[in-house]
Amino acid sequence: MFLAVRELTHARGRFGLMGVVIALIAVLMVMLSGLSGGLVNDGVSGLKNLPVTAFAFDEGTKTDNAFSRSVVDGEQLAAWRDQPDVEAATPIGVAIVNAVTDDGTQIDLTVFGVEEDSFLAPTPSDGSGLGAPAGIVVSETLRSEGVELGTVVTLDQTETELEVVGFTQGQATFGHVDVAYAPLATWRLITLGDAPAGAAPTEADLAGVDADHASAIALQAVPGSALASGDTDAVAAADAAAGTTTMTLVESFNASPGYQAETLTLAMIQWFLYAIGALVVGAFFTVWTIQRGHELAVLRAMGASARYLVRDGLTQAGILLVTFTAVGVAVGLGLGALMPEGMPFSLEAGPIAVASVVTILLGLAGAAVAVLRVTRIEPVTALGGAR
Amino acid sequence: MTQPATAPTVAAEAAGDRSAATLVLQDVTLEVGDGEGKVRALDGVDLQVHPGELVAIIGPSGAGKSSLLAVAGALAAPTSGSVRVLDQDLGPLWERGGQSALARFRRERLGYVFQSGNLLPALTAADQLRLAYRIAHKRGRARSFDPQPLLDAVGMGHRAGSRPGQLSGGERQRVSIARALVNEPAVLLVDEPTAALDRARSQDVVALLAEQCHERGVAGVMVTHDHDVLARCDRVLEMVDGRLSPASA
Ligand SMILES: Nc1ncnc2c1ncn2[C@@H]1O[C@H](COP(=O)(O)OP(=O)(O)OP(=O)(O)O)[C@@H](O)[C@H]1O
Ligand SMILES: [Mg+2]
Repeated sequence: MFLAVRELTHARGRFGLMGVVIALIAVLMVMLSGLSGGLVNDGVSGLKNLPVTAFAFDEGTKTDNAFSRSVVDGEQLAAWRDQPDVEAATPIGVAIVNAVTDDGTQIDLTVFGVEEDSFLAPTPSDGSGLGAPAGIVVSETLRSEGVELGTVVTLDQTETELEVVGFTQGQATFGHVDVAYAPLATWRLITLGDAPAGAAPTEADLAGVDADHASAIALQAVPGSALASGDTDAVAAADAAAGTTTMTLVESFNASPGYQAETLTLAMIQWFLYAIGALVVGAFFTVWTIQRGHELAVLRAMGASARYLVRDGLTQAGILLVTFTAVGVAVGLGLGALMPEGMPFSLEAGPIAVASVVTILLGLAGAAVAVLRVTRIEPVTALGGAR
Repeated sequence: MTQPATAPTVAAEAAGDRSAATLVLQDVTLEVGDGEGKVRALDGVDLQVHPGELVAIIGPSGAGKSSLLAVAGALAAPTSGSVRVLDQDLGPLWERGGQSALARFRRERLGYVFQSGNLLPALTAADQLRLAYRIAHKRGRARSFDPQPLLDAVGMGHRAGSRPGQLSGGERQRVSIARALVNEPAVLLVDEPTAALDRARSQDVVALLAEQCHERGVAGVMVTHDHDVLARCDRVLEMVDGRLSPASA
């Protein structure tokens, strides 16, 4: 510590440069964290907030895009409702559609077809809930597209007209597309292609639909049950009985379009960043240690133990890393606050704290490799002549 | 301990008295390199240095002067022969292969002044001494250590806050000498302390070394190429081809 601090202030130019690099890495790390948080929200915020333990998809459905691939029927639903671990089970229909609002704005919507009296039914923060055949409750984020209560949304191709009757609180998106809750029967009408063109669906239209299908079954487990704790054996048994494949809510994120690829890409960039940080810090301290080779040999000759010098070097690296990671995170948070509205960017304390700690620890690991060189310095080299 | 004022004469009289010597090398041989390039850097060296005595070692380049300091300073193991400092035989320390035992011995018993440029650039003169104190006193770090008296003793009291970069070569060597004395060593090993100094400065530095050895009863060994400073030393030995003998001149 004694030597570490004095060297830091004495060679502040060199350490400052290194510090700037560490800080820039930390800024980038915060940006990446914000971006991946934003993308996750954009991808699955519509799922995240659902009061659901797990989703049951048709047996053997590929995880990727499972919500749009899977089709479940009434029998599968009934089988799940019979499971003792299941408190409630309700069907959900998922469909991504293109639409135009009445002022001509083109929008994309993920239609969540849900039963109006089920636990999936949205609680509107503004307007009313589901009920009317043509009434939809949409994500608040759609307001930026000029959507208001009473806006009529016309679906492309089928020309079905739906009316916005309520807004959910906060962002609700799925696969980067805003969520619109619709009555399950309306969803069936739309997906079967039976909806009236150029008009709003009516009670009579809905009554004509003879179908019991949906995309998946949303499950709420009995608290404390095997299903609630995600016990794979219990889930597998129930799946076998119902002919389904079940994913927990978090697993089901991977079933939303593009989610897995995006999160993997960002995670990979993040690990590259960590590796670069560790290598840069390691390279810096390697050069620094080699440069001070003679000084360190003198200290060793004077009887300083290798442990003392290693500890001092690591302290130095630690101070440098912690200080400049903190600076970088602060700058990153500042920049994050300046991000334009609508950019998928979301900063959360947890991931940033974890990323900061990983940056510091990997930096220390890099420094350790370099600093451990002092154990190989021969004290005898302190003497000018003798090699 | 020898009285400061009478140190040179007492030391000279005691030169043959092995038991009173602080540093004793007996028939020390050091072979360096291996195979074809094997060199006998030290060849049957006998040396006793008494408390308060500064011994100068001269000799041509490659004669083995630095090798002698390395062996006497617990930095290199002799191939044969023995090295003793006070009542400690270094042989067992090397045999047990304990780098940490050797390091401990060095920080407790020995002081080193190397050629110029061995101070830490980041530290002020006072901090150079404080660091040496920390190294020497593993457990007593919290105890307050005042570097001022030692800096005053080497005439550097007024430059306590200066870093090596702000000091002249002679001033740097004065700080190095003070640093080497922090742990109150029994033996002081000095390698060409005047290599980078002009004549007047060299005289001052060697006079200071002799004075400190006398005052503190330290056994000093100084390697030098500088014949002008030899008058300041108590004894001059010459090394040729790894063999040590009294200087002819
Ligand atoms: N590590 C080594 N490997 C091989 N030979 C060595 C090694 N160290 C020293 N020598 C040789 O040992 C002999 C004595 O070297 P030493 O450095 O002790 O001489 P010196 O008297 O200090 O010389 P100088 O006045 O140039 O400093 C020389 O011949 C040198 O080449
Ligand atoms: Mg030499």
